[in-house]
Amino acid sequence: MIYLDNAATTLVKPPQVIDAVVKAMGTMGNCSRGTHEEALSAARVVYSARERIAKLFNCPRADHVVFTANSTEALNIAISGIIGEGDEAVSTDLEHNSVLRPLYRLEAERNVKLSFAAADRQGNIDYAQLASLITPKTRAVVCTHASNLTGNMLDIARIAKLAHQNGAIMIVDASQSAGCIPIDMQAMGIDVLCFTGHKGLMGPQGTGGLCIMNGIEIRPFKVGGSGVQSYSRTQPEEYPTRLEAGTLNGHGIAGLNAAVRFILDTGVEAIHAHEQKLMRRFYEGVKDIPAVTVYGDFSRDRAAIVALNIADYDSGEISDALSEEYGIATRPGAHCAPRMHIALGTREQGAVRFSFAYYNTEADVDAAIRAVKELAQ
Amino acid sequence: MREKKLWLIITFHTTTAAMAMEAICAAKNLPGRLIPVPREITAGCGMSWRAPVESREKLVSAAAEAGIAVDGTYELML
Repeated sequence: MIYLDNAATTLVKPPQVIDAVVKAMGTMGNCSRGTHEEALSAARVVYSARERIAKLFNCPRADHVVFTANSTEALNIAISGIIGEGDEAVSTDLEHNSVLRPLYRLEAERNVKLSFAAADRQGNIDYAQLASLITPKTRAVVCTHASNLTGNMLDIARIAKLAHQNGAIMIVDASQSAGCIPIDMQAMGIDVLCFTGHKGLMGPQGTGGLCIMNGIEIRPFKVGGSGVQSYSRTQPEEYPTRLEAGTLNGHGIAGLNAAVRFILDTGVEAIHAHEQKLMRRFYEGVKDIPAVTVYGDFSRDRAAIVALNIADYDSGEISDALSEEYGIATRPGAHCAPRMHIALGTREQGAVRFSFAYYNTEADVDAAIRAVKELAQ
Repeated sequence: MREKKLWLIITFHTTTAAMAMEAICAAKNLPGRLIPVPREITAGCGMSWRAPVESREKLVSAAAEAGIAVDGTYELML
């Protein structure tokens, strides 16, 4: 089997990640619940993970790294905890439903006014149009670092500058970039970075979080047990406890900690370079095949994703043939990115998404190119 | 029960701050360990740093240098 659905989740994890989870399940107590050695071992692992993640993304404080189950939960916390009744928010057509649905819910429930930067047929936004949408009334700009459909990246530093000039908070969905594309929160002007642990970070599913800059206040999404300030009727004010009610996924975070250590040791730039080489090799191999349509902009830095269609075949049919006849795993359909598909004109057909990761090889890419060529005949 | 003696107790608002204290003390070879907060003290976090009273100055300045928010410092017979 050749696994090219890494934008959904990375299948192959560093062996250290698996070892860390197995070890944690046999040794770890509950983080922040007591001071016996088992509870402390959990608290040490969780703290170590916060420190490493802060270093990876240049978040100024380890205690501003908050753990969640995934990007979706992190985005819900950030979006619903920052944008209030009657506020305005700006986003883009590139977004995943993990950004769109929390925004649409606020539009319905809190009378929030939304506006979206439109994407063209290549999946790019017009930054001048985006700038025209951001005003002093904008509470937050919420956008993805890279489209999960085309792989196109947004210029986050440029957007953050526009947001900050208008006093708005910059919230970034790093689901497709965390771990495999360099992210520097302070240099890029990111106020809240939402990430998942199981994609580019190569950690376990059920891990993720948000990194919060100093001075950014987020109302708690959930309240409950924290192991601290037990007689207070309200959730503690201090991060990360403010946003982490309930027992953490300590076993998963142990795996994520090992994964981030592997990434820091390997280097995000090295991982990015490897994935770029594979993605571009695939693109070069398929872009001129008659009947193949490739989506997205390949003229600049991007995520390791190539979405395509063959003639007018249903993307599900092509993906199923790749799986059944060639043993190649890809993702067809809508990819939870409705606005992006509408912009590309692929609402009905969907698209077949090939996504590459650190453990893929050139042989994987070449097999995928051969399969696409045969299916396109 | 163990024989009682005077200890320095440092408390924190969050577990993360307590863990940061442990990490800093390990790195700087400073004395102490994490214990449950004694009942004489009202503190946010259930963990506190217990150390010999004579290490107060070094510990408090190490916490301040590392940006660790200390809830309170106490001397207690434990």
